[in-house]
Amino acid sequence: MELAFYIAGAVAVISTVLMLTRMNVVHALLYLIVSLLSVAVVFYVLGAPFVAALEVIVYAGAIMVLLLFVVMMLNLGGRAAGMERQWLTPGIWTGPVLLAGVLITEVVYLARGATAGLGAGAIAPKEVGIALFGPYVIGVELVSMLLLAGLVGAYHLGVHQAEKPEIQHDADTHERWADASGDLVLAGTDQPSRTP
Amino acid sequence: MLAGILFSLGLTSLLVRRDLIFVLMSLEVMLNATGVAFVAAGSRWHQADGQIMFLFILAVAAAEIAVGLAMVLRIYHRFKSLDVDTLGEMKG
Repeated sequence: MELAFYIAGAVAVISTVLMLTRMNVVHALLYLIVSLLSVAVVFYVLGAPFVAALEVIVYAGAIMVLLLFVVMMLNLGGRAAGMERQWLTPGIWTGPVLLAGVLITEVVYLARGATAGLGAGAIAPKEVGIALFGPYVIGVELVSMLLLAGLVGAYHLGVHQAEKPEIQHDADTHERWADASGDLVLAGTDQPSRTP
Repeated sequence: MLAGILFSLGLTSLLVRRDLIFVLMSLEVMLNATGVAFVAAGSRWHQADGQIMFLFILAVAAAEIAVGLAMVLRIYHRFKSLDVDTLGEMKG
């Protein structure tokens, strides 16, 4: 069991280091996913299966999808398809796939063997839920308020981004009006010189 | 121990990398490391409090990454760049 913990920890550290040294954002995202999965395995080994499942679902699922969406949105352009073909060459895949393969073999080994925790035994999800809605109800409410604030804030920022070109266009027209008035003044000063 | 290594790695990358996406990713790594510390402590003393703290950290990370990515999108549309050094003027 301790060996499994150390292997998962080593995979986490290695993938994090590889993530930090990538120049390309998508490669770094691949290694970050492997890192989060290995941290989930660490949680499972530590006797926290509920938290491990949540780590996989929320971190490696939702947050990674958000990051990937933003990365792909920022790279919009005509060259997106060719760039993807260049990014996903087999040499890029091998590193994360190897690390993930180590994790999968470890999980299979753990699922076949005993599932007792490393420390003082596993903590069941029931226990976590009872404690969560027993003494920590205020914390749950605060977290819900925080998530609501995050939702509203993200929506606010997104809406302003959509309105931004309009404002810029308005400023452009103001500048153009200023230029036009300058032209008018020049023409007005020209005209008396032309009439005599 | 593992949490310390992960946290220091995230902090180093936060200080070194000059890309806002990488900054957000290293923030994720650091939050993850604190979660590992909490869960390990809770497993050591067989309390469920560590896992509850990790749940709170998870929610905080989710909210933070959502708002952060929205801000990244706005910054990119305004400055056409995600380099932290070129964004350093802070004048809008």
